Amino acid sequence: MGNKIETKNLNFFYGSHQALFDNNLAVEENSIMAVIGPSGCGKSTHLRTYNRIFELYRGQHVKGEILLDGKNIFDPDVDILELRRKVGMIFQKPTPFPMSVFDNVAYPLRLHFKHSKQELAERVEIALRGASLWDEVKDKLKYSGLALSGGQQQRLCIARAIAVEPEVLLMDEPTSAIDPIATLKIEELMVELKKKFTIVIVTHNMQQAARISDNVAFFYKGEIIEVGSAEMMFTHPRNPKTEEYITGRFG
Amino acid sequence: MKKRGIFLRKAKDGLIRIFSAMTILLAIGVMVWILYTVICKGAAIMSFGFLTHASKPFGIAAGGVANAILGSLLITLGAAIIAIPPAVCAGIYLAEFSTYPKLSGVLRFCANVMMGIPSVLVGLFVYMLMVATMGHFSGLSASVALAIIMFPVIMRTTEDMLLMIPYTLRESALALGMTKTRTTLAVVCRSAKNGLLTGILLALSRVSGETAPLLFTALFSDSWPTGYFSEPTANLPVLITEYATNSPFESMQRAGWGAALVVTILVLCSNLGVRIFFREKKSGQ
Ligand SMILES: Nc1ncnc2c1ncn2[C@@H]1O[C@H](COP(=O)(O)OP(=O)(O)OP(=O)(O)O)[C@@H](O)[C@H]1O
Ligand SMILES: [Mg+2]
Repeated sequence: MGNKIETKNLNFFYGSHQALFDNNLAVEENSIMAVIGPSGCGKSTHLRTYNRIFELYRGQHVKGEILLDGKNIFDPDVDILELRRKVGMIFQKPTPFPMSVFDNVAYPLRLHFKHSKQELAERVEIALRGASLWDEVKDKLKYSGLALSGGQQQRLCIARAIAVEPEVLLMDEPTSAIDPIATLKIEELMVELKKKFTIVIVTHNMQQAARISDNVAFFYKGEIIEVGSAEMMFTHPRNPKTEEYITGRFG
Repeated sequence: MKKRGIFLRKAKDGLIRIFSAMTILLAIGVMVWILYTVICKGAAIMSFGFLTHASKPFGIAAGGVANAILGSLLITLGAAIIAIPPAVCAGIYLAEFSTYPKLSGVLRFCANVMMGIPSVLVGLFVYMLMVATMGHFSGLSASVALAIIMFPVIMRTTEDMLLMIPYTLRESALALGMTKTRTTLAVVCRSAKNGLLTGILLALSRVSGETAPLLFTALFSDSWPTGYFSEPTANLPVLITEYATNSPFESMQRAGWGAALVVTILVLCSNLGVRIFFREKKSGQ
């Protein structure tokens, strides 16, 4: 399988403060890459370069390349709206829009695609089924998205993201604000989703990384210390720092 | 380590509780007192004729206040039309689009200064700007004066309400490939809708009681407000001031109280009405 995303010598700066140092990382297509590392090591910063969302803020800038299907996303001819459609993002806290469950999914969908009313309804249903939320909300499509439970809201955000037919899903600690049962549901969902998408997930939960990921990247102080298959990383990490972190003897 | 006396901590806690409860009682008490006075004195004169007839020239008792009610509505509506759209846009610009922190700082400072300007001065300014140059008082000039007073209030509350919306909500909309404008209008403003509305209502109720600027602009009239654009226009605040303080006739003073009650009820109803109308449909009950 080819690489969906390739990061080449990526450096990131918050103003004059450098947060990432020469990151090189390849993410295989249709795989789950788990990004782990101690707090403040640059996991979120790294993830937020893939859809160029950091560009909203003054002073944040990158040096280096990120290749999506071989094409540098920082090239001037890359359309930012199209890039963000292709590279969806799920945040730590669920962020349903203040509209109905149906419109939460339909609204962004309508902005990207022209669909007839019926097609639109079908698309919304497919997306909600894809996020294994359909059965729970099929009678509540007109209710406000804010009226769902936390876990349901997070799956609504996933449905919203997959509705616009992305190729990559970025998830920054998507289950850390959610109870264990809902977490399990979302984990199962991710394994299902990787058949269609390439997933990069930041997590603090080692068990979660071991359960769902194919590959793991260990970040430390803005550098990628070690990358490998999940099996290898959790059984025979080469770098002593990785081992310390994974076994919880970090200090 | 020495342990602090538990009794003292509890006593402090109790004192502060009692004190804050008392201040609330005080505030509510004053409000009830004012309402009670207005209702008692105003209700005495309330009648169908009072609410449907125009006022009569000074000293003639039999008139109503209908022209002043209508005039006030027109003037406030005019002010709302003039002030709300640009003020909301300015607030949105400051909160969402401004990329020059220094410029935003200056704009904010100007708005704060504008809010501090006494309304008399605004009245005088509009008098010079419109009344003196055009040669006549008008309801429109009153609307302009009230709009100037409303503008900074609405602009600042709009900005504050938008800034209270968490940044991840904007990010998640933009991360879906929505444009900045879509994100702002469909997601951010919609989330802040109740706050924005409250700001607008507060500004409206504040100016609907303003008297000083109206003395320079709308003045008063005993006829129906058909000359909103070019003639002195009847309105409640000036009527109340004139009738209640400037008249030796007891019947006029009573009519003043009646008008005060009308203002109170109008402000209350518009507040409640808009709130109920725009209430968030939560779980669809
Ligand atoms: N907006 C910002 N401005 C300046 N520095 C920042 C900003 N956000 C993050 N940083 C710095 O960049 C570094 C990496 O932060 P980042 O949020 O990527 O860490 P993280 O690995 O996601 O941590 P966590 O696990 O706590 O989420 C940290 O040293 C942090 O202090
Ligand atoms: Mg983070």
